[in-house]
Amino acid sequence: MDILDKVTQAEYKYGFVSDIESDAAPMGLSEDIVRFISAKKNEPEFMLEYRLKAYNHWLTMEVPKWQNVNFPDIDYQKIIYYSAPKPKKVLNSLDEVDPELRATFEKLGISLDEQKRLSNVAVDAVLDSVSVATTFRSKLAELGIIFCSFSEAVKDHPDLVKKYLGTVVPYTDNFFAALNAAVFSDGSFCYIPQGVRCPMELSTYFRINAANTGQFERTLLIAEAGSYVSYLEGCTAPVRDENQLHAAVVELIAMDRAHIKYSTVQNWYPGDKNGKGGIYNFVTKRGLCAGVESKISWTQVETGSAITWKYPGCILKGDGSIGEFYSVALTNNCQQADTGTKMIHIGKNTKSTIISKGISAGRSNNSYRGLVKINKNAHNARNFSQCDSLLMGDQCGANTFPYLEVDNSTATVEHEATTSKIGEDQIFYCNQRGISTEDAIGLIVNGYCKEVFNQLPMEFAVEAQKLLAVSLEGSVG
Amino acid sequence: MLSIKNLRVSIEDKEILKGIELNIKAGEVHAIMGPNGSGKSTLASVLAGREEYTITSGEVDFDGINLLDLAPEERAREGLFLAFQYPVEIPGVSGATFLKTAVNEVRKHKGLEPLDAMEFLNVMKEKMQLVEIDKSLISRPVNEGFSGGEKKRNEIFQMAMLEPKLAILDETDSGLDIDALKIVANGVNKLKSKDNAVIVITHYQRLLDFIVPDYIHVLYNGRIVKSGTRELALELEEKGYDWIKAENKEVPAV
Repeated sequence: MDILDKVTQAEYKYGFVSDIESDAAPMGLSEDIVRFISAKKNEPEFMLEYRLKAYNHWLTMEVPKWQNVNFPDIDYQKIIYYSAPKPKKVLNSLDEVDPELRATFEKLGISLDEQKRLSNVAVDAVLDSVSVATTFRSKLAELGIIFCSFSEAVKDHPDLVKKYLGTVVPYTDNFFAALNAAVFSDGSFCYIPQGVRCPMELSTYFRINAANTGQFERTLLIAEAGSYVSYLEGCTAPVRDENQLHAAVVELIAMDRAHIKYSTVQNWYPGDKNGKGGIYNFVTKRGLCAGVESKISWTQVETGSAITWKYPGCILKGDGSIGEFYSVALTNNCQQADTGTKMIHIGKNTKSTIISKGISAGRSNNSYRGLVKINKNAHNARNFSQCDSLLMGDQCGANTFPYLEVDNSTATVEHEATTSKIGEDQIFYCNQRGISTEDAIGLIVNGYCKEVFNQLPMEFAVEAQKLLAVSLEGSVG
Repeated sequence: MLSIKNLRVSIEDKEILKGIELNIKAGEVHAIMGPNGSGKSTLASVLAGREEYTITSGEVDFDGINLLDLAPEERAREGLFLAFQYPVEIPGVSGATFLKTAVNEVRKHKGLEPLDAMEFLNVMKEKMQLVEIDKSLISRPVNEGFSGGEKKRNEIFQMAMLEPKLAILDETDSGLDIDALKIVANGVNKLKSKDNAVIVITHYQRLLDFIVPDYIHVLYNGRIVKSGTRELALELEEKGYDWIKAENKEVPAV
């Protein structure tokens, strides 16, 4: 039906390229490049060692093939592994930021001034791998909270970095985690001291810029006993013809009774209607509930990228710890997504909840893949999983791959799955009340995703709703 | 207000409506009765603009507008309302959100400012009382998990909120017990005015005890075969539809 087409065929609205002189490494990957990156960043010896170990391990690994997505082999020698905007000088205030860079942020609607003034959100803006501005830092510092770029953390807090880097996602974990560990350029670091409740949402906007630049972000977040933090990650990227690889690593650590809420809205360039271009988003995200009654919640709204391949998971080590995963993954046109979560129950009385909402439109393919593992000492572990798929049109695909490994008979595991189509009946019902088909689709889809949106901080939920509407512009039949 | 001329409609090459003629003026209540499969619900769907039907001939004039030229949502905004025989569930969307979107679309079409949350709430309270519907139904997702009676009452509530010129009630009485039937009928009666009109589609005369029609039409085999006043309904109740069928026996095609 043409309305479906119209909704699904809207052009990507954030496509523009900002012209900032890059200070880039030569193309390709070798031990020298790893050393170049480390040197460029003036890293201490332990970081170089870590990178080299990861690089050497990566050389022994092969690209995994089990995922339900298709893409041509990536030539890792045709990627530029480091690119940074040339610093003019050390910046003391936002006024000193490159005006063109500022303009880029304005176009994205994430003006730092606005952020500061209106939303009380501290933003650590990452453009092409290097942090250009950090706000609210001093306010957070009063509480002992550290929120800075990863590079700064390596300089200013090497002990913390050394202690926790790679403890949740070791470089041996998988091919892309190893690659990231070897070449990651920057990212965010966050440390919440014992008993501190972070008074604002911490937010990072990532943006991939220079052409052919692989993007390897690294986030490390540590919440000490009894602390709380809500962390937002939001993304948009410019139109590019060449596929771009994004292989980030996010590690979260929650100590006794700490609570980490990690929310993502991902809106990277998905490629055009025919599947040309777009970002490959191969990310490893994992949280460790190290302490008793600690809690980690992942909430993600994924609408972008040509290929999304990620499983934000929780290792529930502390007794009574809780892991949650709330996800909306939308694919349209030729997008592919294989995403889900892993909940590893180790401690007693651990509990996990998985709510996954997949939406497929166009010729896209959307898979949920989730692992729930109850180890033999995880007495009275409980899991509830609900995986719903919503199909729009008849050329898209949806799959569910739930994996269940239960080694303790006291565990309670529930899994529910549904697949539905946006009904013409539903659309007609809305039409008959005066609501246009596009608005009807918006209403129905937002209703379908409500349980997940309810988990997002207010302003993010609004953004996510808009994003879904934009992503589905031109798609029901 | 509504003038239907020689309306012929088919679905998948099967002709269902075979030349409907019907005129409705503002302030009138018309009942359309008839046995199963006679085309009653098809008529309602075609007027509302459902796509799966093919209109092979005929005209429908709605207050000077050619209704058949309009998309379903445009017909709704012009003031045509269909109370569905089977109201559709929309999970996760609260009745209030749904209605606010709908009401503001209609207002926009009329060149009015959208209602803000407070204004909308006040209108809602007023209409809720009018049609005796419980507040909890409005805050729940549209029709999800509603009983048959709740769904039908919700339709009438939506009608109250949208204030249509012409409301078509498609077997709104089916599945209702007598108390629910009275409440629904009461709501419809309260919404009646000299400026609007109602088409009541029903099998049974029972509903017509409560919503008293000015005219009754019997639809059989795609045609209106008999029109009359209230007495016709009583006659149908007494005799059933068999005499209508006998009078209108179609000669099978050779």
